[in-house]
Parts: sequence; C-alpha cells; structure tokens
Amino acid sequence: MIIGKSIPRIDAYDKVTGRAKYTDDLCDKNALVAKIKHADAAHAVVKAVDVTEAQKIPGVVKIVTCFDVPRHTFPTAGHPWSTDPAHQDVADRNLLTDHVRYYGDDVAAVIAEDEVAASQAVRAIKVEYEELPFVLDVQEAMKDGAPQLHEKFPNNILSHTQIRKGNYEEAIKEPGLIKIEGWYDTPTVQHCHIENAVCYAWEEGGRIHVTASTQIPHITRRIIAQALGVDWGKVRLVKPFVGGGFGDKQDALYEPLCAFLTTQVGGRLVKLECSREETFINCRVRHAIRYHLISWVRSDGTLVARKADCYSNQGAYASHGHGVCAKGMNSIPQMYPCPNMECDSWTVFTNRQVAGAMRGYGMPQVTFALESHTDDICRKLGLDPVAYRRRTVMPVGFVDEFSKNELYSDTFNQVMDKGAEYIDFERKRKEYENQTGDIRRGIGMSLFWYNTAVWPISLESVSCRMVMNQDGSVQLQLAETEIGQGADTAFAQMTAETLGIPFEKVHVVTSQDTDVTPFGTSAYASRQTYAAGMAIRDCAEAFKKHILEVAYTYTRMQPYLMDIVDGNIIRTTDGRVLMTLAELAATKLYDLQNSEHLTMQKTTQLKSNAYSFGCCFAEVEVDIPMCSVKVLDIINVHDAGTLINPALAEAQVHGGMSMAIGYALSEKMLYDEKTGRLLNGNLLDYKLSTTMDHPHLEAQFVENPEPTSAYGTKSLGEPPALPAAPAIRNAILQATGVAFDEVPMRPHLLYRKFAEAGLL
Amino acid sequence: MYDISAIYEASSVENAVKLRQEHPDAVIIAGGSDVLIKIREGKLSGAELISIYGLSDLRGVTMGEDGTIRIGSLTSFSHITKDPLIREHIGVLGEAVDLVGGPQIRAIGTIGGNTCNGVTSADSASTLFAWDAVVELTGPEGVRNVPIEEFYLSAGKVDIREGEIQTAILIPKESWEGYKGHYIKYGMRRAMEIATLGCSVNVRLSEDKKTLTSLRIGFGVAGPVPRRARSTEQAFTNVPLTEDLPKEIGRAVLADVNPRDSWRAPKDMRLHLCSVMAERAFIEAARLSGTDLYGKAEGRGSSFMCGSREGQGDTEAGHQTSEAAEHQTDSRENSGTGSTPAACEAGGEAR
Repeated sequence: MIIGKSIPRIDAYDKVTGRAKYTDDLCDKNALVAKIKHADAAHAVVKAVDVTEAQKIPGVVKIVTCFDVPRHTFPTAGHPWSTDPAHQDVADRNLLTDHVRYYGDDVAAVIAEDEVAASQAVRAIKVEYEELPFVLDVQEAMKDGAPQLHEKFPNNILSHTQIRKGNYEEAIKEPGLIKIEGWYDTPTVQHCHIENAVCYAWEEGGRIHVTASTQIPHITRRIIAQALGVDWGKVRLVKPFVGGGFGDKQDALYEPLCAFLTTQVGGRLVKLECSREETFINCRVRHAIRYHLISWVRSDGTLVARKADCYSNQGAYASHGHGVCAKGMNSIPQMYPCPNMECDSWTVFTNRQVAGAMRGYGMPQVTFALESHTDDICRKLGLDPVAYRRRTVMPVGFVDEFSKNELYSDTFNQVMDKGAEYIDFERKRKEYENQTGDIRRGIGMSLFWYNTAVWPISLESVSCRMVMNQDGSVQLQLAETEIGQGADTAFAQMTAETLGIPFEKVHVVTSQDTDVTPFGTSAYASRQTYAAGMAIRDCAEAFKKHILEVAYTYTRMQPYLMDIVDGNIIRTTDGRVLMTLAELAATKLYDLQNSEHLTMQKTTQLKSNAYSFGCCFAEVEVDIPMCSVKVLDIINVHDAGTLINPALAEAQVHGGMSMAIGYALSEKMLYDEKTGRLLNGNLLDYKLSTTMDHPHLEAQFVENPEPTSAYGTKSLGEPPALPAAPAIRNAILQATGVAFDEVPMRPHLLYRKFAEAGLL
Repeated sequence: MYDISAIYEASSVENAVKLRQEHPDAVIIAGGSDVLIKIREGKLSGAELISIYGLSDLRGVTMGEDGTIRIGSLTSFSHITKDPLIREHIGVLGEAVDLVGGPQIRAIGTIGGNTCNGVTSADSASTLFAWDAVVELTGPEGVRNVPIEEFYLSAGKVDIREGEIQTAILIPKESWEGYKGHYIKYGMRRAMEIATLGCSVNVRLSEDKKTLTSLRIGFGVAGPVPRRARSTEQAFTNVPLTEDLPKEIGRAVLADVNPRDSWRAPKDMRLHLCSVMAERAFIEAARLSGTDLYGKAEGRGSSFMCGSREGQGDTEAGHQTSEAAEHQTDSRENSGTGSTPAACEAGGEAR
C-alpha cells in the first residue's frame, strides 16, 4: 500500500533548492514590462486620460487607455463554463474601465522597455474624473438612493436567495421560548499568497501564448478568449510552479489584459506582474459577510426556530458572486437541523475591493457567526458547549436533499472526543471559570461544516492521461494543478496504487499547458483528491486492463489471470513474474509487426459530493490591560476520510490554522471613509499573522473512509481555515465574559469592548 | 529594479563628508531598508544616493577610557543584540533592537539609520532617549555632539547639517552606571511589526533597594518624535519603592505624552497603553535592579505583553519607521513591502 504513507513530496527538493521555476523565473529578461494606471477615486467616470507627458518618457513603447479596449464585457470567476446562459457568471468586466468602481480600478496601462520607465510613465498619466458618491458598507449599499455601481442591479443587489422551512412565525409563538439574537461581522481579508499574481504573453504562429501563475489553466484560457473576443483555440495558457493561490488565482486576474497588451505591440513579449500592493488592491479578497442570527430555544436548549440574514459585501465586480454567501447560508440548516427556519442571503456590490474565491468559500464567515452564536446560546442557558453540540448537531444518517451528501459516520462525536482529550477541555473549562485579575485564561471550541467539489451546482469533469515510457514508468497528466498543496504527490501515490507500479515510476507532469494537458477544471473547492482521484482510478484501471490485454500477446496468458504488481506482470494463480512492465512497454513500442505506444486517457464526470467535518479547540490567555490575546494551545481535528499522505495532510491543516489565527486576531482590510481608499494594502500594515503569533499547531484526524470516493478521501484543502476564529472567540468569552461579535479580535476591538465591559 | 539616478560610494568618513558637500541633494544610504522602500514607492524615485555602507570604521561597539560606550552608526541591530559590552551594561538596548522587523532586517538595518530616519516608532530611539544618548556627527568642521533629544527636530527631521554624517551613538558612563532598563514594544502582532507604542524605562535604586533614586522613561509614538516623560521622572526621583509606585508612575506619564489619533490606533487606546506599559516596564526594570515588587503574584507584572521581548526568543521582531511618516503626513499609503526600517536618509530631509 502506497496510500496512507507519508512520502516526501515530489517537488520538495526542487523547491527548496530554488530549481523549481515559477512564472517570473521563466520570463525572458528582454520582455516589455506593463504597469497599470490605477484610479485614485472610489467611484467616478473617466472624462479624459492625458498621456502626453507619459509618452515622452524614454523607454515607453505604448500606452493603452480605457478608451482603447474592446467594449464588450466578460466574467472573471474561475467556475466551469455553463452552456446555459442562465447559469453563466455575470460578465461585468472590461479590460480597462472608464467607470471606476473602486479606489484603484484599472484606467490605463503602460508598456515600456523596463519597470522604471513604466512606473515613471504611470505616474505621469493624468486622469480627469467626474467623481460619484461611493458606498463601502453592505447594508448602506442596499438602501434606496445609495450610489449605484451596476445598471442592471438595482439597490446593488447582485443576488438574493432564501431558505424556508416549517413556519418560523408560528413556531416562535410557543410559550416559554428563549430568544437569542446576535449580529456577527467578518472582515475583508486577502489571501497573501507568497507569489504575487504574474503573467506574460506573446504572439506566435497567429496565436496568443500566455504563461501565468494561476490555479485554473483551462478556465483562464477560456476567459482570455472571451475577453479578447477570439476563438478559444487561439489562446494557449501555460501554468508553471505556483507559489500559492488560496482561491485568489481561481479567477482570471490580469491574464486577459496582458494577452490584450501583447496584441497592441505587434505580439512582442509583455510581462505584467502585480506588486504586493496591487495584490491587495486589484486582485481578489474574501467577502466580508455580516450575519444577523436569531434562535428560539426551549430551556433545555432545543432549537425550535431560527432566522438567519446574511449580507455579503461583493465589492466592485461580480467575480464569484453570490455562490460564496449562499454556500454559507445553505450550511446553516444542515449543521444544526431545526424544524422552522427562515434564511436569507444578499450579495451586494460596494466600492470595495472585488471579493472572489478564498479558502473556505464563505464558510469561515458563517462558521464564525454560527459557532459564536451556538456558544452564546450555551452561555445564556448555562449549558456545556461540547455537550450541547453533541445533542444538536447534524445526526448520523442525515442526508442533504439537494447534494445527496450523507453523514455516514459518527464524525462529530469522534472529532470532539479527540479534540477535548488533547486539550483537556473539561478540566480546564472548570479551572478557568470565574477568574478575576488582569491576566485570564479561557478555553473554547467550535465545529465546522464543509463539502467536497462543486457537484451538483456546477460541472465536475476531470480528464486524466497516462503515457508509458519504455522503462515501464508513466507520465501522469491532469489539469488539476499543484499550487503548493501537495496534489502532485498525492496523485502519484494514487496512480502507483491502482496501476501497480512503484511510486518512483510515476512522473507527474506538474506544469499544465492547455495545448497538451487534457481538460479539467483544476484546483478549487477542495476537490483535488476526490475529483482527480476518481479520474486517476478510472484511467489507471482502464490502462491496467489494456496493458494486460497487450501482455497476452507476449505471455500467452489470459488477461484475467494476470495483474500488475510492483511494476511486473504477474500470474495471479501462482504469483510468478511473467515479464516486467519495462519489457512489455519496450517490446510493444518497438514491435515490428504491431507497434503501440501504451497510453490511456479518460474523462470522468462526477455526480456526487461528500461532507467533510471536524472541530477546533483553543486555549487562550488574555492580558486585559494590554488588550492582547495569546493563543496558548490549539488543535484541529478533521475527518477527511482516508489520508493519502498523512504528513502532507498535517501540513495542510497547519497552513489553514495559521490563516485562521490571523482571521481571528489580526487581519482586516481597512478603508478610509472619506475617500474609499484601502489604508493598509501592504504586508506591514495588514497584520498577517506570523509564526511568532502561533503556538504549536496540533493537527489530528479521524479516518472514516468516504464511501463515494475512489480512494476514501474527501475535502481537506479549505476546511482547516474554518474553525479557529470562533474557537478562539469562545475561549476569550470564557476568559473574560465578553462576547465578541466580530473578527478580527485585534487590540483596537479588545480595548473598546473591555472598556465597555468595565474591565479597564 | 530601482529608480536611482546616481550612487556615490564613500571610501572614508572624510570622503563621505566631501560627497555630501558635492551632492547636497543626495540621500545617504546605509543598510537601505528604508531608503530603497521609499524609492520603490516613488517617494524618492530618481534619487541620488551616497552609500556609506562600506565604511567599516563605523561598525562596532567600544568603551572609551572614560567609560563612554560608543556604538558606530553602521552597527547592525543583530550585532548590537549580541555585543558583550551592550549586554553587560545596557542590555535593554540590545533587547529593544532585537524587536525590529525580522532577522533579515536586523542583519542589514543599522542604528544610525534607525535614528537618522527620524521616526518616533524606532525601537532603538525610545531606549536611547532613556539612556540620555548623545549623537556624534562628523562634518566639514569636525565632530559635533548632540544630545539625542535635541537631535530629533520634528517628525522625520533630524539635526544633520550640510556635509555631515552621523558617525556614532554615545552613552556616557554617568548615564548607564547603576541603571537597569526594560523596553516594551506594543504591536498588533508579535513579529514583523512597527511599534504602535514603545516604552523604555531605566531605573536606579539605592543600595538597600528601598528607594528609587533615578527614573528615566522614553516613549516612542507618544508624540511626533520620541520623548521623555520629564515631569514623571522629576516627581519620582528619590522616592520610596512601594507597591503602589508602578501604578502611580503609570498614571503620571499621561501628563508627559501626546499620542496621536490615527487609523493605526486611536488616541484613547494609546493613552491607556502608555500607562500600562510604563507601569509594567517599571516593574520589570525594578526587578532587574534587584527588587521584585510583586513576586510572582498572579495578575500583576509582565507575564506576557504584546510585542514585548519577554518569552519570545531571538527570532522576535518588530518594525519601525512609518509611524513617523504618519505624523508627517497621512499619505503613507502603499507603503512598503512589509520590510522597512533602518537606514540613513538624512540627505534631503536633514537641516
């Protein structure tokens, strides 16, 4: 068994020695450099762009303004295309815009011989604006008379969906019910992947070639073609090693503009690389979602009725749009079933940064709201948070009607058992009751809900190709991208397992090239081991069958009497090695009568989805006078089904926990209310958490193999980022008695809330 | 790629002074961790630079015959933290500069740059204020010594005159002898941070440890430039050490500080923290001097502090510079990559 082994990742040595080439490493150093003129108004119409001075700067090759680009719009979301227009993403983008919708929107682009000339020219461009009123707050933007961002969306509402179950209004009339109500607010945050967005493009052979740091090569190619209005086959996209994406690169960023710019300079090579500041301002962010939750419970805690209003701040353009907020809302009735529910979600345009996909896709937000609210219920009723959740959480055997997802195992109890034992929950919970003094400790926990892949909302299609070499080794090709998470290593393990060849004999083609790589929708929705796993198994089983049929010619044994084990063709009846795969591959390829290059390709469509659940327990120390929280200990427990590579799984959890600690305590994009300008779009003022802000990060697992999955796996990419914020919040609540209703719980907020509570 | 129009490399201090006279508009660059960021941001784009980084004579810590500790202006933060003279006599300075940025910044950033940058948040500055440090400047007319409090003119402006470069920081013997100090840096995270507030307290106790004979408190970010809590220091000279003393000091410093209200931190929060930090830094400095005011009493003292060095090890960090920029102007948007501090940028801004 190669599944379940912590094999070192196949790209480890190349990455740590610097041999792995990322987009910027590969770009020819003679490339022209493109820089963008960003708007210095939050909402405005561009009246004129004066490039006279900019054009005089030595080294400037070409300046393209918002008046020079195609007028048709295109969508950017990294979703599978839909041939049904009703299910297509909102096409609201131009390559450059004369209707500025956020501070920093793209007005013009300079192409120059080098970065210095390009930067000087950008500074020399003069833009004349007619300024419009702007709006940053999601609920303000919904009001009548609020500044309108897009004509087709009155009151800025991109979408509104709802859930109705039972009869909420009737149910709350039951005498003796206790009402628990709370507002919970989450911030706009950025992914902060280490490699900024970067791409380069040139024309060759009448086609546009683009190399880009993207999670989604085939989708980005499609969007480039749509944006430029050319046939999809006219565009080729190559994805080299990627330094992280976390969903930001599950969107077309500047690839369409860069592809357009090369066509404006005779097909010369043009590079467009975002600075860190541009990654904050001009790439994507996590939706800030505000929740209003009302629960009606009996004195024993039984949920009778629940109402949830969710307000999602979309920022200036649709990008991934309503799917993010809707996903979170849809989890509420599943997570804690309740007979009477009214849930509403609104996704609303504002003049903030454009929100798109980000690790967890709406779930860190709703997890903070719902798990904080659950502890608020426990506190009001004097119930133990673990015991209460055991009683009220989704029961074993629960089936979601829409996705057909089923909770097959007693996952929630199992993960809570593990987490509580590790952190010594019961004892510490008692010990930390009724503290006084400046420095206090507390312990808290939270659960989380997640699913796997995007079926049945969108297409799930993965193509897999295996090509055998003369030595019996295999190239594995998938469009499901390695972006740092270790997917290639897991894919190699799966291939080796099913095909029956040694791990070392699997060569994963880590770079995707849309000219060569078979179609797949790539890295998002924590779908890689689940979706690609199915395609790998499908392809490997078919390939094995074919190989054994070919082997029949040379071994004269019936295919059903043979198998491939450890790279050998064996006879299953007695285990005898009949020939090696290397012998077979070479013999067949060079067969003078009947040559064949052994290959297999399959397209596998998924029509299933899988739950992936877990929990977090956190212990904190709060220094009240210093308005400071320190996480002393923290554990995530995940049931991600079978682990393909436990060490990689653990690393994935560590990364998510780190992200979640920043979400809980420090990260927030701040806006100037007067201008709408982002105040802290850099890594100094945006307080990404550092290793010094983390305690030891404990990652544990419960492995209930997922029955619908080819290798028993389900999602683990995004879930680690979900539960820490409410667990930390609930720990602070225990320590101080202060119930925080927003993240991040940074010192500013601690100061305000502690002062209000009379603790300072 | 940086937008630099010319760079002149000084071969000696005399040569640096000559270059300064020849190119009065040029900006001095040492480690570059501030200057290069400003060039990248466009604020100093196209600048002429005079590099003094090669002047090895300006590196290192020595003690003169009169007991003055001399820190060459190009001495890096990591050097200062590890230097035996610093550790023995003014350990708090090594601890304070160990909170700057991250390890790479501390290896390239210099104490001269940190002070010439003129920012109120510099981790070295509040501590040097508390030590009554003296800044040594070398110019066409020779050497000029300026008390550090006078060296800082206003936010981002220091007293470097035409043709001068800063060559050393001096701590006279009477400033350090018998004193112990503690620095607390307040940040929004525990590494890679600039101070939201810095507080450095030096104390000297009587031999019987019952009387506070001298108190010096330096603050960063409690005003446009680093400052001393003079009225508090005067009020608490030669007073008996009591359990109430730390809180009294904490309250008293409010008369000496004038922090700003900004999006980085509201004024009332900074004022609150001025009190708490002065109190706690005093407790720790007194403890280092041999008096543990509270023992291990729960809920008091400094079991952990945001950004304090305590319990955080050598990789701890902290960022500097830009609170000063904030005091100068609000236009510090798009600042920096996250790495900032320390470098000499006297040049254009010096008077």
